[in-house]
Amino acid sequence: MTAADRMSEIASASEELRADLDEAAEPGRNPARKPTSWLLTIFMLISVGYFLVPLFWLVVASTKSNADLFSTFGLWFADFNLFENIRTVLTFQDGVFISWAINSAIYAVVSAVGAAFLSTAAGYAFAKYQFPGKAALFAITLGAIMIPAAALTVPTYLLFARAGLTDTYWAIILPSLATPFGVFLMRVYAADAVDSALIEAARVDGVGELRIFFTVALRLLLPGSVTVLLFSLVATWNNYFLPLIMLNSEEKFPLTVGLALWQSTAAGGSGSRALFSTIITGSLLSIVPLVIAFLFLQRYWQSGLASGGVKT
Amino acid sequence: MSTLVDAAPAPTTPLPRRSRLTAAKRRQYGAAYTLVLPFFIVFVATMIVPLVYAGYLSLYRTRLIGGTSFAGAENYIRALTDPLFLSGVARMAIFLVIQVPIMIALALFFALALDSGMMKLARFSRLAIFVPYAVPGVVATLMWGYLYGPDFGPFAQISRSLGFGPPPFLTQNGMLFSIMNIVNWAFIGYNMIIIYAALRSIPSELYEAARVDGASEPRIALSIKIPAVRPALLLTVIFSVIGTFQLFTEPKLMHTLAPNVIGTAYTPNLYAYNIAFVNQDANYAAALAFLLGIVIMIVSYIVQLTSQRKERLS
Repeated sequence: MTAADRMSEIASASEELRADLDEAAEPGRNPARKPTSWLLTIFMLISVGYFLVPLFWLVVASTKSNADLFSTFGLWFADFNLFENIRTVLTFQDGVFISWAINSAIYAVVSAVGAAFLSTAAGYAFAKYQFPGKAALFAITLGAIMIPAAALTVPTYLLFARAGLTDTYWAIILPSLATPFGVFLMRVYAADAVDSALIEAARVDGVGELRIFFTVALRLLLPGSVTVLLFSLVATWNNYFLPLIMLNSEEKFPLTVGLALWQSTAAGGSGSRALFSTIITGSLLSIVPLVIAFLFLQRYWQSGLASGGVKT
Repeated sequence: MSTLVDAAPAPTTPLPRRSRLTAAKRRQYGAAYTLVLPFFIVFVATMIVPLVYAGYLSLYRTRLIGGTSFAGAENYIRALTDPLFLSGVARMAIFLVIQVPIMIALALFFALALDSGMMKLARFSRLAIFVPYAVPGVVATLMWGYLYGPDFGPFAQISRSLGFGPPPFLTQNGMLFSIMNIVNWAFIGYNMIIIYAALRSIPSELYEAARVDGASEPRIALSIKIPAVRPALLLTVIFSVIGTFQLFTEPKLMHTLAPNVIGTAYTPNLYAYNIAFVNQDANYAAALAFLLGIVIMIVSYIVQLTSQRKERLS
């Protein structure tokens, strides 16, 4: 068994321990059973209603024909037309919705994996190494958190137009890769998640620095990385401003720009009212992947956010 | 960097042990820079260079006749006296002063309620309040736009069946509040999760003693929990300030529903967009983007300063 193998075994063991500790911490946090406040519960459930009713409306409206949309009450079902609507969405304009969905997925996944990896590597280096220029580089990163992304979009467009990068996939992916907040979050996360003694032990065994990062640290950093990944995924999937100005060709549009295009056609009138049920069903389809991703990866993003929110 | 390290210790350190240490140190520097570099290359290429380029563009003017020439501060003076830009900034300031406190207060209240351990269905509530964050701004605006709408929006349907006209959601007076509602709906959950995460990490010894002494839950929340999550609150406020001044998606889409209410300069970002793409004036658009960035930095800085002063006072 090589030293690196042994290290990665230790890493996975301590990862399991961490997970166990997380589990154990949950119930132990409020030892004294407190009485349920029904007033609070009822108030909270009413508030929950405010957040869920629009989504409920979206589901209901997706099941209606365009005529029923106008003639029946919005918050309850009429004739069930969901599958018909989905077929219309997927086949309308030669199935352009499907290419938009594929584009959204490419933009979001490539950007998110890239952003998570860059943030994890940089955050780990800031947390675990001393090197000349570290303080200055980290200060620049912190300052950059305050640079407003959308105020940067028009300048980025002007530069990319000059470089001939507009209307390409890179025009969306490149600006989504650098997330200073991700670096900050990963630094905070790495400081706790990777035991410096573990790194020292690997060094003594003669494991190279980068090898330590890839075989030992990366695994321990995973929950934090998944947090950055998820939030970059959402940011890119949901982005509208950047693709709107960067892209001219409809076949490169992501879902957000495509749906907005349909909406402006529908609102333009001239017999295009039949589009409303198509836009509504398309909107529903476009949010399903992210909602599922968030629900399934809950454990990761919640523990990752915990470390970021606490130590700022 | 490595040449410096190579050259310096050779004559002064005769001991081999010392130079082995330096070699290890050098390997660590090398690894650290290798890990940090990819991020900084992308960061410089996509954040710093565009800013510098926009700064450069903003100092020039382009005329159909005469081409490009140096303009000095002309674009900035024009922006600072441009009623369209200023009214957009003022509208966002109003938006900020009303919407952000409501959003943060509700996010804080929900987070405290979830943390109190005094409610049923806490887990379900937490997820349900957070879910809108995963909905794209475009979809949130389309959805609320339809809900507000006079044709098949349920509010209009209810109001009509009671014999009233459609509610004034999309009118001159109502629009700003309608957009505030969309932003609240989308981001209360996100802010709640950040505050909730901070609340969960307060050591319980901090308030077990207060509880034993008979302090009520609201009292504990006010005097112990809220001060303890101050840094997280500051973070949410600053992110909200940045987000507010950049508002673009919501007004851009609302424009298709109410073209007479939302003009080309409803928000500063919308204005910069229209100057760049409709008027084709890259120089002036660059100056507007730059000024907007400066406004945002100043306001975030003021927020931080006031919060630090309060902390010193208390």
